[in-house]
Amino acid sequence: MKKLSYDIVVVGGGPAGMAAALEARKAGVEKILICERGGKLGGILEQCIHNGFGLQYFKEELTGPEYATRFSDQVEASDIDVKVNTMVMDIQEDKKVIAVNPEDGLFEVETKAVILAMGCRERTRESITIPGDRPSGVMCAGTAQRYVNINGYLPGKEIVILGSGDIGLIMARRMTLEGANVKGVLELMPYSTGLVRNKVQCLDDFGIPLYLSHTVTKIHGKNRVEGVSIAEVGPDRNPIPETEVFIPCDTLLLSVGLIPENELSKKVGVDLDRVTRGAVVDEKRRTNKDWIFACGNVLHVHDLVDNVTEESELAGRAAAGYIFGTYAPRKNPITVKPGNNIGYVVPQSIRYHDESQKVIRLYMRVRNPQENVTMEIKDDKGEVLAKFKKDIVEPGSMVNLALPTMKLTEDMKEITVSVAE
Amino acid sequence: MLSLKVQVRQVLPDLAGDPWRSQAETGAVRRCFRPPRRVTAANIMRKGADMKTDVLIIGGGVIGACIARQLSRYNIDVVIVEKESDVCTGTSKANSSMLHDGYNVDGHKLKGKMVLKATKEIYREMCDELHVDMKLCGSIFAGFTDEDLATMHKQVKMAEENGITNLEIIDHDAMMIKEPHMNPTVRYGLYNPNTGVLNPFELTMALAENAVINGAKVFLNTEVTDIKVKNQKIDAVITTNGVFYPKVVINSAGLYSDKIAAMVEDVDFYVRPRRGQYYLYDKQFGGWVNHCIYSPPTETSKGMIIVPTTEGNILAGSNAEMLDDKTDFSTTKEALDEIYNTMIHHLYPDLPRVGDVTTVFAGLRAASNTEDFIIEHARTVRGMINLVGIQSPGLSSAPAIADLVEEMVRAVGEDLDFTKKPDWIPGRPKPVILNRMTYEERSQFIAQNPDYGQIICRCESISKGEILDAIRRPIPATSLDGIKRRTRAGMGRCQGGFCGPRVVKILEEELGIDPTEVTKRGRDSRILAMRAKELALQEGGSHEKIKL
Repeated sequence: MKKLSYDIVVVGGGPAGMAAALEARKAGVEKILICERGGKLGGILEQCIHNGFGLQYFKEELTGPEYATRFSDQVEASDIDVKVNTMVMDIQEDKKVIAVNPEDGLFEVETKAVILAMGCRERTRESITIPGDRPSGVMCAGTAQRYVNINGYLPGKEIVILGSGDIGLIMARRMTLEGANVKGVLELMPYSTGLVRNKVQCLDDFGIPLYLSHTVTKIHGKNRVEGVSIAEVGPDRNPIPETEVFIPCDTLLLSVGLIPENELSKKVGVDLDRVTRGAVVDEKRRTNKDWIFACGNVLHVHDLVDNVTEESELAGRAAAGYIFGTYAPRKNPITVKPGNNIGYVVPQSIRYHDESQKVIRLYMRVRNPQENVTMEIKDDKGEVLAKFKKDIVEPGSMVNLALPTMKLTEDMKEITVSVAE
Repeated sequence: MLSLKVQVRQVLPDLAGDPWRSQAETGAVRRCFRPPRRVTAANIMRKGADMKTDVLIIGGGVIGACIARQLSRYNIDVVIVEKESDVCTGTSKANSSMLHDGYNVDGHKLKGKMVLKATKEIYREMCDELHVDMKLCGSIFAGFTDEDLATMHKQVKMAEENGITNLEIIDHDAMMIKEPHMNPTVRYGLYNPNTGVLNPFELTMALAENAVINGAKVFLNTEVTDIKVKNQKIDAVITTNGVFYPKVVINSAGLYSDKIAAMVEDVDFYVRPRRGQYYLYDKQFGGWVNHCIYSPPTETSKGMIIVPTTEGNILAGSNAEMLDDKTDFSTTKEALDEIYNTMIHHLYPDLPRVGDVTTVFAGLRAASNTEDFIIEHARTVRGMINLVGIQSPGLSSAPAIADLVEEMVRAVGEDLDFTKKPDWIPGRPKPVILNRMTYEERSQFIAQNPDYGQIICRCESISKGEILDAIRRPIPATSLDGIKRRTRAGMGRCQGGFCGPRVVKILEEELGIDPTEVTKRGRDSRILAMRAKELALQEGGSHEKIKL
């Protein structure tokens, strides 16, 4: 088995991995390796040929591949090593990474730090156990996106979409532009879970109906999908039998959630958050293993790639800081807790003094939509450290709040973020 | 007319200068086995011509495949016809995957005799010869009440009558040591060390491959539509893919065995599908269940099972529902709720209802009206052997059933040549399964074939090389499910979301077919409708939306 040695191994060459590697390189780390399982850098952006990327980070509107190229060009111009078609099989306690590709075979990389940037996978029809037949023509929206945009083939002509996640909304428009008839989008929850702009641009503009509080109760078709039974759900989210109707279609696309892909992390003993299903991290995106960092959708699912980039740059700088021993730990780590109507907050703790960091951005999702609210960050004595007014908060849109670091005192142990009642 | 070609497929052995053969004989299959030629659409989808054969086996389930292997030892022409696009698609595919020792079966019934005869030693030898993974994990009947304890004592007695004397009733503490994740209110366990698990698809495939290597022919996508009788003897078997003129017909058509039998004469038996639904759990729970666990019978159910599969998942089910439709493999919310609430949640409270569930599925037991196996000659026609009602413990009984059927074939096929083939091969080329190897072994395989280093299925870490092997095996995978069952690519937690488009590409390239012809599992289960843009250029089209 071939043996290599690097300072940082970045697992994943999507937007998160690229930004983290570039930033670590800028911070002075010399030997960096990116392992990418696809045939080239870019990750999922490769198949996201729609626009809307980069509005925050580049202040211009780019397509997915364009956004990816901004970074992959820089990586290629740098001395960061990239191995494509490379699957990381194992990250070992002794700081060795085992990976495989056709050229090198299995190889072992000794490293000082690892940055996890594996992204996420789509929740399946099987995992939410939609009953019925098991025909072809049921697939996740992202898989359909790959078939259409990369393979160049259309999965079906008469489409029903379950779930109002962003990929589902994007695919509603994509399939319509390809000539397919998208009959409607169903959402189990009483609110849309995707971004508002995607609902407007992908459904409303094309006359595609969105039915909230509805779900698919059964899939029909022995070989290929012939239709789905759909029904309204009650407040308990259980289908109301008398509302059930049959909708003929040949394809059911699912956009019912994304799950950070943390099997590697789990194996090496990284603690995971039950809500995000990503690692539990501090403000440097450092996990309970002090040499392992996580960023991007493997940490928590983002709405915007721009946020992924910012977070990953932070993780890249932090991994460099770890290697160079830059950061001094606080006397007490501060636990960041989700309070009223907050589903989760990343980071889950604050552990370091860093003079260069004037604010710490806390990323979160609310549990339920609310209008005209005040969001508060309070310390363990109930003192409000920061307050933010929001016109609207909803689970489909990540909120980020800037916490000024000067507000943090040495003996603070806990802060809570909540929507004020 | 490519779609026609997909329907018709034949697998012929090519033994002349066959590298598999010499490898198998030396017992040292070190390399990926390369077929003598590139398998393309042209040579695996050949149309079946009208042909004579000694024995025609109807149905490529575990029973048909096991009989084919048994008869391939002799100088007898054996043909399997299977109506689906792959072997092992019916009852053999979706079941508990358990190997029973027959401790709780009535030893006077035929199914009792068969399962008791097919001992674990016989099974072990067969699995070793065929490189099939078999795990003798033992089973435990979990008891929570005094009534359960009484049932256990009854079962111990029944086992003794069947000659099985090594069962053991254990207490709460012993249970918790054996099964630490189980509901701690469990009071007793009936421990049976003789029970095992295997992958029924892997076994059926191995049996059929071995038969093919030894000269048997397998016709897929070939459905029997009629059987002609002349002078009280089988004359011709009409199929959707040619006419066969066999001396002996073996009807191992599972759910349809009653229908096939009735093509020849009036019969007094019938098969009704009895559906059972299952949960398959993510591998992260792999270590949670160490034995096959029987749940106690309740008012509504005869008891269900939780099984640790050979691949490290947990399989849990199943209920029993009598149906009329032999093609209804659908799952229902009612049954899934019932199985979860009454059994899974009760035995292993931490297993979830949704979420880390890899999949749910249903199987159809081929239940006869007698509730026993019916293995007998046709009554008025010579040369027809019916196997009807082979449900649990059919998988466990397969080798004994094959022995019995051989005797029956000898009885009616007196002009068949039962001389043993001197060069009969008991095994098959060992499939390359990288996950079961050490890193060093893997490296050697990748060095010889870089395709083994290209991971296609990321959940199960399955390489392109393994997928190509599956397409090039003696019985080739030609669909996504075919690949999935042979290699596990697409069987993991993302259910093919990631690897699906990549496997479609490999199938299209390797089989030389259009992407729109790639199916999930044959017939009209196409994955893709048409090229992108084609539909957008067409006139008209539908615009109907859902209106509620």
